Amino acid sequence: MATDVERKTDIGPPHYEQFLHPVMKANYGKWLYHDSIAPGVLSHTGPEGTIYTVRAASPRLASTNFIRNMTKIATDFCDGYLRFTSRNNVEFLTDKEENVDKIKAALAELKIPVGGTNNAISNVVHTQGWVHCHSAATDASGLVKVVMDELADYFTSENLPAKTRLAVACCLNMCGAVHASDIAILGVHRTPPVIDHSTLPNLCEIPTTVASCPNNAIKPTSIEGKTTVKVDEDKCMYCGNCFTVCPSMPLSDPLNDGVSIWVGGKISNARTEPMFTKLAVPYLPNNPPRWPEVTDAVKKIVDVYAANARPFERLGEWIDRISWARFFELTGFEFTKYHLDDFRWAGTTYKRSLQNRY
Amino acid sequence: MADDLKIPLLEELEKGPWPSFVTDIKSVAGKSEMAADLLRQLEKSYEDKRGYWKHGGLVGVRGYGGGVIGRYSALPEEFPGVSHFHTVRVNQPSGWVYTADALNGIMDIWDEHGSGLTNMHGSTGDMVLLGTRTEELEPTFLALTQKGWDLGGSGSDMRTPSCCIGPARCEYACFDTLALTYNLTQEYQDELHRPMFNYKFKIKVSGCPNDCTAAIARSDMAIIGIWKDDIKVNQEEFAKYVDSGMDVQGIVVDMCPTSCISVDGKTIDIDDSNCVKCMHCINKMPKALAVGDEKGAAIALGAKAPIVDGALFGSIMVPFIELEEPYEELHDLIERIWEFWDEHGKARERIGEFIERVTLARFCEEVGLDPIPQMVTHPRENPYIFYEEYFAEEGEGSEE
Repeated sequence: MATDVERKTDIGPPHYEQFLHPVMKANYGKWLYHDSIAPGVLSHTGPEGTIYTVRAASPRLASTNFIRNMTKIATDFCDGYLRFTSRNNVEFLTDKEENVDKIKAALAELKIPVGGTNNAISNVVHTQGWVHCHSAATDASGLVKVVMDELADYFTSENLPAKTRLAVACCLNMCGAVHASDIAILGVHRTPPVIDHSTLPNLCEIPTTVASCPNNAIKPTSIEGKTTVKVDEDKCMYCGNCFTVCPSMPLSDPLNDGVSIWVGGKISNARTEPMFTKLAVPYLPNNPPRWPEVTDAVKKIVDVYAANARPFERLGEWIDRISWARFFELTGFEFTKYHLDDFRWAGTTYKRSLQNRY
Repeated sequence: MADDLKIPLLEELEKGPWPSFVTDIKSVAGKSEMAADLLRQLEKSYEDKRGYWKHGGLVGVRGYGGGVIGRYSALPEEFPGVSHFHTVRVNQPSGWVYTADALNGIMDIWDEHGSGLTNMHGSTGDMVLLGTRTEELEPTFLALTQKGWDLGGSGSDMRTPSCCIGPARCEYACFDTLALTYNLTQEYQDELHRPMFNYKFKIKVSGCPNDCTAAIARSDMAIIGIWKDDIKVNQEEFAKYVDSGMDVQGIVVDMCPTSCISVDGKTIDIDDSNCVKCMHCINKMPKALAVGDEKGAAIALGAKAPIVDGALFGSIMVPFIELEEPYEELHDLIERIWEFWDEHGKARERIGEFIERVTLARFCEEVGLDPIPQMVTHPRENPYIFYEEYFAEEGEGSEE
């Protein structure tokens, strides 16, 4: 790179207007309605015409080759315009209805599914996992791949009772914000951090490390004249907060790390208020490369939901109607002591009425 | 090189109908030793059931404190291609809209300076360029800025704001999500690029209560579109839904959370004074029903994932605010919030946890918000009230 180029900072992102299809620019803020033409295909209409959207899956972890394949389709059929969704889908935008099938054909050639609209399972929001993260208890891209291989037909159709949103996070940091998804797959550690006392005094700030623990399980101590920390293992809930501030306290444990499954969260305000996910399965083993125990459990949840929920009832709304007791009965998942909350505000989850189904 | 990858476990992930990240990474492994070694290290993770990345590392571009995440392999001798594997966060355009030319330009830069791998996009919203060496950071930054791109946030700073497609392609948008997101990003470049807060501060912007950016769950400040007046009804279009055979009673009327919809034959009537703007009926009949004319946004504070003190949804602080350029009222509010949080927050305390600690009452007082019933699901249930006003005998003590 030439050194005579002026170094710019704080310019911010390019203005979005230059990336808007002319029909979107003309209808900006004036849209009238949308139509669902087929799974993965939408049209939006305003006074200045209609824009067609073809929504395609992506692995999110995408190479420059993948993106060039996408931009080639956009160039060939969309005058160069494309966008990405908050769930990592790629959307192709064209004002020519006849191009919809051509876009679908081009995607089919690349074996990229089209779908994710309305009552479908859309693409999975997920984290880095073993691909790029230091605190991962599992891999994220691999889990997404094996789960969506199992559920791909739900992406390309709209046959579920309502939209169903999946997320994968590879540790309790939840960079994938799985805490409000219909079905969440969450990597868990199950053993306390292994403290490296030889590096801790140099790498970690003791007060910060002590303060990082939500359960006050970490205390300063002295080993061979050097200040370090100790962990009250009975109080440790393997959250990884300490590791975030102190690299000498890794939690990774191949024998015990694994996956938990959570259900019933939602974001939108439609009908019911936003809901957090709740624990369905506390632990399944890490069994790469295809995690059969995890795919079985997720498939089970989707199948039972699909068979039992009413139209347009989200997974969490369905469980609220039928009761958690019946959810465990229908799925066959074991209800254990781990399902009983013991963190902040746990009492608010205790049942305080006689209203149970018998 | 790619032909001696030896990744039998990962190759199991090339089977099945869903797009395979393994096949995709392999496609660049021939030209990128970083991509090839990423696959080799990942194969070892799949064998050993553990990750092999070191913890962070302070790297960046000159003058910025955020935007680059340092990453080093724990096994640099075995996998030299990923001995450095830093992430560059590129601030995405509002609404994640692109042209092919613009994206190809970034891909050219990344093929030259990085691994050839990306995330489209990261959880916060940035375009994530995944994997490069320390010495490539400054040249990458220079190349990006020459083409009009800049870095996003990381660490304890304002994180890159992101928004839904809003008025660019959605009839539900109650304000200009793209313009506001662009405005906030430009207004707070310093806060975005130079971490100086107690902890991260995420802003997400959704145009309606459907909340396609998950702002209510994932952002310290959620700005979500809402309207105050009546749902707009097109009776002619409603009649067409009835004629089409749609179960209007079951799907729309019976599912309204406040039972404020009634249908008489082919006419719909909505008691808007009881409507809570949940969007269900509009979602189901977008041709017949539309959001009103008196539009703006609600502001919720405090959403976050579990770390440190448990997951939170955003709490409504402002049920309605008009959002028109130059957004002075919003800027004022944001700055008052940051000032109070900055002064009294602890290290690694997100705004949601901070509000719970200092109490909502005090927070409102300090940032200048009036306590109103819309802020809570119900008033307090316990009698432990810190009364501040009391009567005293005449001539002594407080007058109130």
